[in-house]
Amino acid sequence: MTTAILKQPTEPTAARKPNRSFVHGLITNKKALVGMIVMLVFIALALLAPALFPGDPSRITAMASLEPSPEHWLGTTAKGQDVLALTVHGSRSSLFVGLTVGFASTFIGILVGLASAYFGKFIDEALSLVTNVFLLLPGLPLLVILAAFLPPGLGTVILVLVVTGWAGSARVLRSQALSIRSKDFVAAAVVSGERAGRIMFREILPNMASIVMGTLLGCVIYGIGAQAGLEFLGLGDVSTVSWGNNLFWAGNEGALLTGNWWVFVPSGVCIALVAFALALINYAVDEVTNPRLRKIKTPKNTERSAAK
Amino acid sequence: MRFILRRLGFYLIAFWASITLNFLLPRFMPGDPVSRMFARTQGKMQPEQIEALRKMLGVDTRPLWEQYVDYMHNVLTGQMGVSISRFPTPVTEVIASQIGWTLLLGGTALVFAAIIGNLLGILAAWRRGGAIDSALPPVLVFIGSFPYFWLAMGALYLFGVVLGWFPIRHAFTDGLEPAFTWEFIGDVGAHLVLPALTIVLVSIGGWMLGMRNTMIATNAEDYITMAEAKGLRPGRIMLRYAARNAMLPSVTSFGMSLGFVVGGAMLTEVVFAYPGVGYQLLNAVQGLDYPLMQGLFLTITAAVLLANFLVDILYVRLDPRVRSN
Repeated sequence: MTTAILKQPTEPTAARKPNRSFVHGLITNKKALVGMIVMLVFIALALLAPALFPGDPSRITAMASLEPSPEHWLGTTAKGQDVLALTVHGSRSSLFVGLTVGFASTFIGILVGLASAYFGKFIDEALSLVTNVFLLLPGLPLLVILAAFLPPGLGTVILVLVVTGWAGSARVLRSQALSIRSKDFVAAAVVSGERAGRIMFREILPNMASIVMGTLLGCVIYGIGAQAGLEFLGLGDVSTVSWGNNLFWAGNEGALLTGNWWVFVPSGVCIALVAFALALINYAVDEVTNPRLRKIKTPKNTERSAAK
Repeated sequence: MRFILRRLGFYLIAFWASITLNFLLPRFMPGDPVSRMFARTQGKMQPEQIEALRKMLGVDTRPLWEQYVDYMHNVLTGQMGVSISRFPTPVTEVIASQIGWTLLLGGTALVFAAIIGNLLGILAAWRRGGAIDSALPPVLVFIGSFPYFWLAMGALYLFGVVLGWFPIRHAFTDGLEPAFTWEFIGDVGAHLVLPALTIVLVSIGGWMLGMRNTMIATNAEDYITMAEAKGLRPGRIMLRYAARNAMLPSVTSFGMSLGFVVGGAMLTEVVFAYPGVGYQLLNAVQGLDYPLMQGLFLTITAAVLLANFLVDILYVRLDPRVRSN
């Protein structure tokens, strides 16, 4: 199921012709390269998890609260589960939810943003109003309320995250689409009698591929972080293994108060690494497409800390 | 003035939307909250509690629109019902006792993060490619990548448990009587350091990068070159010419991040058992205290909307272009 989602989005291919220098710039950008390598490692881990650690990762395999050792590289939890197995298996749910939420909210954002910009007038007013209301409602409390009323489960988590996450991307994409809407070639398409759907998705959308990509990355980061937060509060599906749930159990079993730092560190670091890698790619997209943000120093001096 | 009225109308609509959401959620959700709650309390509820719950959740036979009108009326007159988990305290009383702590924590963290972040952004943009510009953003973005609550737990462990520098839970020492004495204020301050510090750490990066990027655009403006040509001191150009004009997006995001702070502080409050509305919201959810849950959500929403409205008014003062329109 994950593989279907992991296949790279259609945006870059659709945008290849007008944006060849964009793809090239991205590949030669060090930030993007580091980010993509980290992401590929995590995706590989997620796909290979059942082969690397066969069986249920949450079964009890050893003594409780063992420190990291050659047998259990990251030690064991207070229940006696192998932390490394939990962490590697956790990447599956976290990446799956993050990517699903990212794609779904970006998709809604594209629909709303394009419709707003293309039709304008009343439709724009109405859609913008809804978007702004959703932007303004405090996210996490809304998340908690929704999760409290809906039956617990992975579907609920995804649904709730999409409901609270789409508005930001819709706003960004709308303003970008608006500026493209006023370009001459769109006016030409309208005059030549092209259908609305075609203008929106074949004329306007390919021209904002880079900002769609940035939005997508932002949404995935949001999805992974918010899922972890929700699960840490115990509002996710506590029976699945994911980074957020690992941290929930770590907190529940008092891992920190008893000094079992190894239970608590790995999942948090994994979330941070994924989010950081995605943020790096995002900044790289920004730099490649916005000449003003490009480094003005000699290449030697750049990206020192990013490569770390 | 028209701008202000437009915004006011918008906030009223947003508030209406959240009240309606609150009304609809328990009525249309799959799974009946009332039966879930009965199962949880195993019939230990008192008749008054059941009555309060029925009222709040609208488990009655009247038509929906009548319930809706009734509900709107109750909310607007401040009748949020009675808390179930802290029966028979009214919901409004529970919230009133806690919102101050959230405002203290969120406000302190937000002000510090905005000031430090914006100053760093100004400096980074002024010295493009300098030490601050090249070293800090990646570090801050990396710190910002960590989950909020994870950093908070790490800080709690390191500075609270291992080093013992700061208290690890609650907003003041147990048994200390809240009063305006130096002892109490100092105690509250000590309890505030860790939670506020973690929020500042993760949010500072966003402020800095936002300010830096706007500043870079502002620095390319002609009036900056003009100011330099006039021979003004660099410090004056940086602060009074460039930074002042680059501030506007920051003011907007200040309003936006108020919502983030009230919501985001929720996780921090949970980690530090800080007695704010976020911590209470989680307790309400765990205790299936639906009236309190809804009251808290409405209060948080109202606070966020109000804060945004105040920022809008400030914006009119700062940006003459809005006024003339």
